[in-house]
Amino acid sequence: MSVAVTKSRYQSEEFSARLRRRYAAERRFRIAGMLAVGIASLMLVVLLGSIVSKGYTAFWQAQIRLEVTLDKQQVEERNYTAIVRQALYAQVPAATDRATRRSLNDLLSSGAPYELEAMVNANPSIVGTTQTVWVRADDEIDQFMKGFIRRDVPESERRLSDVKITAIDALVANGSIRSTFNTTLFTAGDSREPEQAGILGAVVGSALTLVVTMLLSVPIGIAAAVYLEEFAPKNRWTDLIEVNINNLAAVPSIIFGLLGLAVFLGFFGLPRSAPLVGGLVMALMTLPVIIIASRVALKAVPPSIREAALGVGASPLQTVTHHVLPLALPGILTGTIIGMARALGETAPLLMIGMVAFIVDIPGGLTDSATAMPVQIYMWADSPERAFTERTSAAILILLAFLILMNGLAVFLRKKFERRW
Amino acid sequence: MQLTVLLIILALLTVIGYQMGRSRAVASVGGRIVELHSVPSYHGFYVALWAGLPALLLFAFWGASEGWLVMQMVLSGLPDRLVNGDAQSLGLLRADILNLAHGVTTGREPDPEVVAAAERYLRLHALGDWSLLVIGCCIAIGGLLYARGRIDPDLRARNRVERTVNIALVICSLVAILTTIGIVLSLLFEAIRFFAVVNPLEFLFGTHWSPQMAMRADQVGSSGSFGAIPLFAGTLLITGIAMAVAVPVGLMAAIFMSEYASPGLRTWLKPILEVLAGIPTVVYGFFAALTMAPFVRDVGNSLGLSVSSESALAAGFVMGVMIIPFVSSLSDDVINAVPQSLRDGSYGLGATKSETIRLVVLPAALPGIVAAIMLAVSRAIGETMIVTMAAGLTANLTANPLDAVTTVTTQIATLLVGDQEFDSPKTLSAFGLGLVLFVVTLTLNMVALRVVQKYREKYD
Repeated sequence: MSVAVTKSRYQSEEFSARLRRRYAAERRFRIAGMLAVGIASLMLVVLLGSIVSKGYTAFWQAQIRLEVTLDKQQVEERNYTAIVRQALYAQVPAATDRATRRSLNDLLSSGAPYELEAMVNANPSIVGTTQTVWVRADDEIDQFMKGFIRRDVPESERRLSDVKITAIDALVANGSIRSTFNTTLFTAGDSREPEQAGILGAVVGSALTLVVTMLLSVPIGIAAAVYLEEFAPKNRWTDLIEVNINNLAAVPSIIFGLLGLAVFLGFFGLPRSAPLVGGLVMALMTLPVIIIASRVALKAVPPSIREAALGVGASPLQTVTHHVLPLALPGILTGTIIGMARALGETAPLLMIGMVAFIVDIPGGLTDSATAMPVQIYMWADSPERAFTERTSAAILILLAFLILMNGLAVFLRKKFERRW
Repeated sequence: MQLTVLLIILALLTVIGYQMGRSRAVASVGGRIVELHSVPSYHGFYVALWAGLPALLLFAFWGASEGWLVMQMVLSGLPDRLVNGDAQSLGLLRADILNLAHGVTTGREPDPEVVAAAERYLRLHALGDWSLLVIGCCIAIGGLLYARGRIDPDLRARNRVERTVNIALVICSLVAILTTIGIVLSLLFEAIRFFAVVNPLEFLFGTHWSPQMAMRADQVGSSGSFGAIPLFAGTLLITGIAMAVAVPVGLMAAIFMSEYASPGLRTWLKPILEVLAGIPTVVYGFFAALTMAPFVRDVGNSLGLSVSSESALAAGFVMGVMIIPFVSSLSDDVINAVPQSLRDGSYGLGATKSETIRLVVLPAALPGIVAAIMLAVSRAIGETMIVTMAAGLTANLTANPLDAVTTVTTQIATLLVGDQEFDSPKTLSAFGLGLVLFVVTLTLNMVALRVVQKYREKYD
C-alpha cells in the first residue's frame, strides 16, 4: 500500500521561490549594513593615510655641511651672510662665475646666518677658528632631496634650475648634505620660510587658551550640574535652563565666535588675538558639554547613597560634597577631558576673534597675540609652498597625537574608575 | 602687577581667616565641640568667605569698569575742540590715547593734547590700581575682623555658608542662560545696524551677493549688494550632498552595529566611528581641499566633465563623512530604545531579521531618526572649516554640484577675518548672516530635541 504524498503548501514551488527571495533580501540588507560600516572605516583609513603619507617627511630636514672660517673682522661687522656664503662657495669649487654663485646663495636657508650668529654668541671663543657646522638648507633643496621636485621635468617647469641641481649633486657627492630630524618644527614659532617654521608658538597658544577654558568651564560647569541635578526645584524656570543648555550644545561654533567678537572684543574692549579671549569663548562653548556630562555622572550615583548620608544627619550640601561628588568625579573628569579635546580641535571661533594672525614670537602671557594649533594648520594649508603642505600634515599629526593622548586618558579613567551599582 | 599682589594677599587672607575662625570657634566653647551649632570648619569657612568674597566682588567690578571710568575722566579733561566730534572721531580719539599709552606708535604725528591725555590715562590707571590694592586689602581685613567677632557657639555658620554656596551654584547655572542672551543680543544688535543700511527683504530675497564697499562714493560698483539667496542655495546644496552621504551610511552603520554585529565586532567598530567623530574639522577641511577636491576634479575631467577645483561635491562629500558618526550614534540610541518585545513579536510571526528591521524597528524608531537627521542637518549648516577651506568664495546661484558655491559660514568667516572697521555694512553683514544661521539651527535643534524627548517617553 502506498501513501499518497501530498505536498504541503509550504513546500510548493511558489513558496520556495518566495523564501529564496526573502533570504536574498535579507542577505542584501546585511551586506548593505556591512558596506556602510566598511565605507566609514575606509574613509578613516584614507583620511589618516593621506595625512600620514603627506606629513611624515616633514619630520626630516635637509642640512648642508659648511666649513666656516669665523673671520674676526666679519664677526665684528656681524656679516654672517658673507661668512656662510664663502664657506658654501668653497664646498662647490666648480662654481666660479658670479651668476652661478648667486644661484648657490639660494641653497641655504635665509636663516642660516642667524644660526651661525647664535652659535657664535653662545660660544665666542670659536671666533677666528674654522668650524664644521651643519646649517638648514632652503625648503626647495629639502623638497628636491625628498624627491618631490623631479629632475626629469623640463627646467622651465621645475622649481629648481639645472645649475642648482648640479651644485646639489656636487654637495651630495662629497657628503655635505644630510637629512636629520627636524627639531625646528618643534622649537620654533611661525615663519614665512617653511624650513624655519615650527609649531611651538601655536602649541603654547593652544595651551594658554585651554588653561583659561579649563579654569572657567570646569568649576562653573560642575557647579551648574550639581545645582540642576541635586538642588534645583522642578519648575518652569529650571526647565528653561535645561532646554537652554541642550540647545546651546548644538549651536554652531562660529556663532560663539561672533559672540566673542561682539561682546569680548567690541563691548569689553579686550585685546584681539589673545588666548584670554579665545579661552573665554571656548569656555562658553564647552560649558554645555561639561554640564551635560556631569549631570549624567551625577545621575548615575544611586539614591541610596544620598539617603544614607541624609539619614545620619548630613546637610544636603554635605551629602553632595562628601559623598555624591567624589563618586561622580571619574565620570565628570571623563566628560571634561572630552570637552577639552573638542575645544583643542576647534578652529572657527578663534578665526572670529583674530587668533588667525602671522605671529613669529612664542606667546608669553594670556594677553599676548597668539595662534592655536588648528588655526596654524588652517594658515599653513593656505600657503602655496610644497614644503608647507608637508608641514601642515605634520602639524595635523601632532594635533591628533595630543587628541589621542587626551581621549586615551579619558578612556583609561573610565575603565579604571568605572563602577556599577 | 598690583592686581596679582592683591589676588595673592586675598588668597592668604582667606586661608588665615579659615584658621582663625576655626580655632576661635573651638576656643569659644573651650574645646567641647559638641556645644557648637556648626562644626568648627564651617566657622572657618564663614570667616574665609567674609574675608575673600567682598574684596573679590570689588575686584571683579573694578576689572570690568576701570578702563571705561579712567577713559571718561581723561576725556572730560580734554579741550572741547577734540571731544566735540561725532561718535566715530571720538572712538578714534580713544584708540589714539590707548595706543599712545601702551607705546604703540602710529604713523601720524600725535597731537600734544593727546599725548598729555595718554600720560594722564597712564597716571590715573596706576593710581586706580594702587587704590584698588589698598581698598581691597582694607575690605578683606575688615570683613575678616567682622566675621571673627561674630564667632559664637550659637552662630549658625553652616546655614550661612551653605546659603552662600547655594547662591553661587545658582549663578553658575545661569551662565548658560546668560550666554544665550549674549548671543541673541549681540547678533540682534549688530544685525539691526546692518538692516538700517540694507533692506532686510533685499538681504533675504536678493539674488546677488558681492559685499564689497567702495572706498570712495564715486567709484564704479560703489554700493555692494547683499542678496543672500546664493549663499542659502550654496549652503543647502552642500548640506544636501553631505546628507546624501551621511544619512544612508550612518543609518545603515547604526542598524548593522545594533542588530547584526556580534559584541566582539562592535567593540572594534564603535571606536572607529568615535575616532571619525573626534577628528577636528580643520583636518577634514585640509583633506577636502588637498586630497578630495583634486581627486574629484581629475575624475570629472577624465569623464569629460568640467569640474571646478573647489567643487561643492568635494566639500559636501567630506562633510558627509564627518557627519556619519553623528547620525549613526544618534540612530543607534533610538534603535536601541525600541523595546525587544516588538522585535520578538515580529520574529514570532516568521519575519526575517531585515523584515523586522524595515517593517517594525525602523517605523517605531522613525521619529527619533528624523530628529537625528534634523540635528545632523543643523550641524552641517553650521559647519565652518570644511567649507571655508574647500568650498569657493564666489556666490554662484547653481544647483550643479560640480560648480563652486559659497556658504553662509564661509562668508561669515571671510568677512570677519583680518582687520576691518567694525561698522561697515560689509562687516555687519556677517552678523546678519549669523542671525539667520542661529535662527535656523536653533529651530532645527528645538524641534528635534522635542521630538526625541516625546519619543523617548513613549516606551519608558
